[in-house]
Amino acid sequence: MQVVDFTVRSNEPLNDQNHLLKVTPVGDEKLPEMYPGQFVQILVDSSLHVFLRRPISINFVDKKKNEIWLLIQKVGEGTKKICSIPEGGILNLIFPLGNSFTLPEKRGSYLLVAGGVGSAPMLFLGSKMKENGIEADFLLGGRSAKDILQREDFAQLGSLYCTTEDGSLGEKGFVTHHSLLKEKRYDFIYTCGPKPMMMAVAEYARNQGIECEVSLENLMACGFGVCLCCVEKTVRGNVCACTEGPVFNMKELLW
Amino acid sequence: MAELKVHIGDLELKNPVMTASGTFGYGTEYADFIDLGRLGGIFVKGTTLTPRQGNDYPRMAETPSGMLNAVGLQNKGVDYFVEHLYPIIKEYDTHMIVNVSGSTIEDYVACAEKLANLEKMPAIELNISCPNVKEGGMAFGTSCQSATLVTREVRKVFPKTLIVKLSPNVTSISEIARGVEDEGADAVSLVNTFLGMAIDVESRRPKLSTITGGLSGPCIKPIAIRMVWEVFNAVKIPVIGMGGICHWQDAIEFILAGASAVQVGTFNFIDPTASVKIVEGIHDYLERHHISSVDDLVGKMIV
Repeated sequence: MQVVDFTVRSNEPLNDQNHLLKVTPVGDEKLPEMYPGQFVQILVDSSLHVFLRRPISINFVDKKKNEIWLLIQKVGEGTKKICSIPEGGILNLIFPLGNSFTLPEKRGSYLLVAGGVGSAPMLFLGSKMKENGIEADFLLGGRSAKDILQREDFAQLGSLYCTTEDGSLGEKGFVTHHSLLKEKRYDFIYTCGPKPMMMAVAEYARNQGIECEVSLENLMACGFGVCLCCVEKTVRGNVCACTEGPVFNMKELLW
Repeated sequence: MAELKVHIGDLELKNPVMTASGTFGYGTEYADFIDLGRLGGIFVKGTTLTPRQGNDYPRMAETPSGMLNAVGLQNKGVDYFVEHLYPIIKEYDTHMIVNVSGSTIEDYVACAEKLANLEKMPAIELNISCPNVKEGGMAFGTSCQSATLVTREVRKVFPKTLIVKLSPNVTSISEIARGVEDEGADAVSLVNTFLGMAIDVESRRPKLSTITGGLSGPCIKPIAIRMVWEVFNAVKIPVIGMGGICHWQDAIEFILAGASAVQVGTFNFIDPTASVKIVEGIHDYLERHHISSVDDLVGKMIV
């Protein structure tokens, strides 16, 4: 873990709610190894209502350009401020934080399921799998076509399937209703998104006897295991989602 | 060179900057960020006689210039601490001080006894001010009678430096401070968190599972400074000040109000290197003002 100032190389709005920030260390120091599922804690210039850092998952690491990609949804005042930082602006990060998804060691059929901005860590996970010669299936859900982010990037890593609630892209409905889940048998499912969605995915996996890892986004203050605020109830008792997670095997959770 | 050394009871601190219990884990978590040996001391996470799972999630709510927490003393118990954590942290080149909490006086005493035997545990901080546990905790710190009783009983079994951490959720904090001083406390630390609450207006539900929780951060600083000043004027033992310290100016403010040393708390979450920056800031301040020692500044607000 380290605390480092980053320069914002680009800040691109992907739709009315989400921005993609590409950042590189101010001093050009080489980025450490990072793993899919890990996150950063972003310092927001303090104001009356924003006191704590904002945890944001790592969307992608571009080793050649020494850049971290951060996909940020404007949820409240803090994330709005981060999204308003112009190109050339400075962002202070504590990183890398948390554990990571289990990277598959052998070829098989892998499904990465995400809802909304939950797709952020899936791009990094998919790219690492591709590096290892594994092409996964991606199933992304959102309210509308504009909510399915970074489609071109995902399409390069494997097969992309979508669901939208209004039917404007892919199949109409929720990810767990997609026909793919009836047609294909997977060895492992990875998921990130709204909790009800992840719980539905986990239930599907449990019923099918498929391994499943979920990435939680519990409210946290520190991000490195000292405040004990982001706890999740597990078979091992209360554990910090920031250090023992954010990725959990569904078998550990009391869902 | 300005002298940063300060004394709390028999304890000599290399500088007056320590980190507050519950915000610094066991120190280990910060070893990536700072040289722990540069701190005056580290108050480790609240420890109880038996393991505690703490309260249900959600335990945290951000508030204007601060946060509420309702962790509820989640910890693995004193035996686990002695067996697994102490062997690691005793090697650190700073004072490691355990914050001791309990639901009954017997709990406090038994826990303190186990810690008294540890060679590199020079002090304990008696937590009679945790607002997040149903029994004990703050209940001991909000009545003068129980605060003095628990201090008296622990004093009998703990011969080293005994620091009592006071609750601000009282009518007269100086009365309680005098009470624990009379029972032999070597120092008092203040303030613990303020009891507060927050409600989500859309769902109309409390933001914390426990409804109420402890408020910390810069929003409490002016009240904490006032309480340190009151207690400084009421007791002879050293006062350790805390409450919203983020920068060296905050630490100096506490010292001027009467704190012999300070603890950095919630701000460790936001800047894990803050405590060390504060040590440097205090040093530079003393040099700039030609003050030879921190001790010369304690309670020296000019009125």
